[in-house]
Amino acid sequence: MVDTGFVLSWIDYAIMIVYFVFVLGIGWALKRYMKDANAFLEAGRSMPAWVAGLAFISTNLGALEVMGMTGSGAKYGMLTTHFYWIGAIPAMVFLALFMMPFYYGSKARSVPEYLKLRYDEKTRGLNAILFAVMTILASGISMYALAILMEKVLGWNFHLSLLLSAAIVLAYTYLGGLSSAIYNEVLQFFIIVIGLLPIVLLSLKDLGGWNGLQDQLAPIVSGKGFAPDTWTTTWKYTGSARANPLGVEWYGIFAGLGFVLSFGYWCTNFLIVQRAMSAHSLTAARNTPLIGAIPKMFIPFLIIVPGIAALVLMNTPGKGFVLPMNEAGQPIWDYTIIMLLKQYLPAGVLGLGITALLASFMSGMAGNVSAFNTVWTYDIYQSYLRPPTGDKTSDDNHYLKVGRLATVFGVLVSIGAAYLASLFGNIMDFLQTIFSMINAPLFAVIFLGMFWKQSTGHAAFTGLLAGFLIALIHHGITYPEGADTLVKGGWLCKCYAYPVEMAQNFWTAIYACTTSALVTLVVSLSTKQKKTDEELKGLVYSLTPKIKDDHVPWYKRSTSLAILVLIILTVLTILFW
Amino acid sequence: MGIDIKFPIGLMFSILGLFLTVYGLFTSSDAMLYSRSLGVNVNLWSGIGMLLFGGIMLFLAWKSKKSKHT
Repeated sequence: MVDTGFVLSWIDYAIMIVYFVFVLGIGWALKRYMKDANAFLEAGRSMPAWVAGLAFISTNLGALEVMGMTGSGAKYGMLTTHFYWIGAIPAMVFLALFMMPFYYGSKARSVPEYLKLRYDEKTRGLNAILFAVMTILASGISMYALAILMEKVLGWNFHLSLLLSAAIVLAYTYLGGLSSAIYNEVLQFFIIVIGLLPIVLLSLKDLGGWNGLQDQLAPIVSGKGFAPDTWTTTWKYTGSARANPLGVEWYGIFAGLGFVLSFGYWCTNFLIVQRAMSAHSLTAARNTPLIGAIPKMFIPFLIIVPGIAALVLMNTPGKGFVLPMNEAGQPIWDYTIIMLLKQYLPAGVLGLGITALLASFMSGMAGNVSAFNTVWTYDIYQSYLRPPTGDKTSDDNHYLKVGRLATVFGVLVSIGAAYLASLFGNIMDFLQTIFSMINAPLFAVIFLGMFWKQSTGHAAFTGLLAGFLIALIHHGITYPEGADTLVKGGWLCKCYAYPVEMAQNFWTAIYACTTSALVTLVVSLSTKQKKTDEELKGLVYSLTPKIKDDHVPWYKRSTSLAILVLIILTVLTILFW
Repeated sequence: MGIDIKFPIGLMFSILGLFLTVYGLFTSSDAMLYSRSLGVNVNLWSGIGMLLFGGIMLFLAWKSKKSKHT
């Protein structure tokens, strides 16, 4: 056990308890509105845009992401913002303007269901099963990471933390379903911002503000062999892979991260899309990703900047800031944020900071469980195990019961996955790799489905498989320099080396997406379209009436919001070039 | 659906804000406690900030409720 010297006092625990009382209270308050499966699994499609928008990005602010990004801030500097700016915003804008009309307008209750409506049953089945498995594994990994962190840092019992957190998540999702998960994600968003803001302000104050930070970074960064301002710029040093710590060139970032990886994630991952689908109208659904995009662009200042400050602190002897080391003598970068909490926060706000971390872990778990419920109940159970009988009331009751049971089942399997994660250290990397192998082809297939009338079910199914296969092969024949395990690649043959893992990921995604698109195209041209124009209305661009939002005031229109988002993105990119 | 989330959010941050403001006031002379936060009484500042935020949320929730009944 790593001794990080954390001691919590009564006020810290009091703050945690208040938070959890509210989390459970929200679930409890929603219980009486859970009358049918639609209310439980789709939040009754009644969420206001601002709620859905904040939940949209909050789902993505899981603790693994927060801890990882702060650590990345120390390792790569402001280059890490590529994951938030180019690597998220264009995809979110595209989803909002061009894809939500089809996701929402089609009345599909999930992404797999959209695939069934647009393509066919086997495409839906493939996606539903893969997604269900991946999302429950992800939930389990969050659970495991929480329990391990609490054990290593606070000395809490591993099994107790795991089971207690599982119990809390189970309680509020069982009571209030998707609505409960979404409302708590909004609560979590605010507590993360408020809980982490003090360390941003204090660490900058400690180092003499942004200018002081830049000055103290210069010798450290030069010592690593980079230009002195590399850690506070984003595009300037992406001309060559060796000039920046990420090890990628600008076109790799643009095409790999900015396009394939981010569109594959933001536009197809049901965990995210589900939040937009819960909105009360099409305009609200389109605005959801855009409303989320605005705080998303500023989160780097909350999460990445303290990481950069941590790098300076680590290299300044007088500050007493030390990251725990792992067995190989390497600093555990993921612990950067928790050590920052310890460095600057006295009892009181310390409890707030720890609560923020706990909140983000649990929100990740709840989000995954709520997405699993919906896909299990509608796309697997209702499609293959027990279709509707026609008696609406008894069906509604039945599927509500199934949805509730799926919550329990989902949490139990997550606990199992958590224990599995404790046996295999690399499971997090493994899952992310597999996820991107599935998402990139899926984006190609969905994109072609929405914008090309001719794409057929056989083509989509084949395209998904082909893309995944190519991704696997690419991963098997390439490896990042210095890789020590086969999880990182090269398990077929060590035929090609990428300078860094990220480059390998980008290219895997690019090949997977391109293959999927080409195969879907070719097979579509050689198979018959089984769906009539009437069936495809609302699912494809050419057969859907144009959206009329003249009745909406200009500042609430999706196009205006999108322009605002892109303007902010451009300004930030220029400021931190 | 069903509940207006602004209300629980406002309530929770008002309560937490109150906790920390009071705690901050009581410990304001404790230099050792705030030595790690560079002498700044973070509890007091956070507390006040949260009270403000909670208050705004509660106000917005009340306004929504009023406009629903008119």
